Amino acid sequence: MTMLEIGIGHYLSLAAVLFTLGIFGIFLNRKNVIIILMSVELILLAVNINLVAFSAFLGDMAGQIFAMLVLTVAAAEAAIGLAVIVVYFRNRGTIAVEDINLMKG
Amino acid sequence: MLAAIAFYCFAAVTVASAVMVISARNPVHSVLFLILAFFNAAGLFVLIGAEFIAMILVVVYVGAVAVLFLFVVMMLDIGFSQLREGFMQYLPIGGLIGLILFIELIMVAGSWLLLPKMENVRAFPSPPTEQLTNTHAIGEILYTNYIYIFQGAGLVLLVAMIGAIVLTLRTREGIKKQNISEQVSRRPEDSVELHDVQTGSGV
Repeated sequence: MTMLEIGIGHYLSLAAVLFTLGIFGIFLNRKNVIIILMSVELILLAVNINLVAFSAFLGDMAGQIFAMLVLTVAAAEAAIGLAVIVVYFRNRGTIAVEDINLMKG
Repeated sequence: MLAAIAFYCFAAVTVASAVMVISARNPVHSVLFLILAFFNAAGLFVLIGAEFIAMILVVVYVGAVAVLFLFVVMMLDIGFSQLREGFMQYLPIGGLIGLILFIELIMVAGSWLLLPKMENVRAFPSPPTEQLTNTHAIGEILYTNYIYIFQGAGLVLLVAMIGAIVLTLRTREGIKKQNISEQVSRRPEDSVELHDVQTGSGV
């Protein structure tokens, strides 16, 4: 992996850094659900970078289709997650994650 | 050379804004840095030749998802400072797990090589860009070979939309609303009362 010639290794390493930051963010912000959702978005962005990098360097269009599907699922997940947060906040007046285990179902 | 400089710029800003997303004190700043990260990832996608995904990333993520986050963060009245308690408590274990994961991923990803014979296993070889643009090439296979998956993605979005509406909809007491069927079925006998008023005495 040379410095100046950008290959697939560069993109995969960047995606690895973003993925790790997303995981780290979930550990770091254990109480704030909104930041946890944002960390999940970062993880999905890393997955997308992986898919598009493989698609481009292999010359296969299928990877970009799957990147779009991941995008769709990420949008749906964000909408549902934020709706759940809004309802939870309306009922309890806080969004601290520790209280969520009160729902014993 | 120029492409390498552009890659390093975009990658550096993406990683820096990702760090700010998870460590910013104010969640509004987190959302804004998330938008910056998405913009730079879109730049990386343009650099690699996936223009359509890049534009979709800007439209969907920046235009819809990040703004949704911004709305929710600003709408909820939350004491964000107390949510940061335990930030330092989780730092060592999170850092340890993150470091192990990072080393593993770099060992796998950094040394990745594509063998020449991988050319033969491609499902849909991308056409040369002079011949067909990226958007056109995606459309050619998305609406033919992947039509069911495409429709499935639409269904996922529909379910998400209905779910979000059902979750957040609430019927509140004491507010005046229109009830069309009730209003239309109202009869004069129910609402008009005739009084025979004597002259000079009032009702």
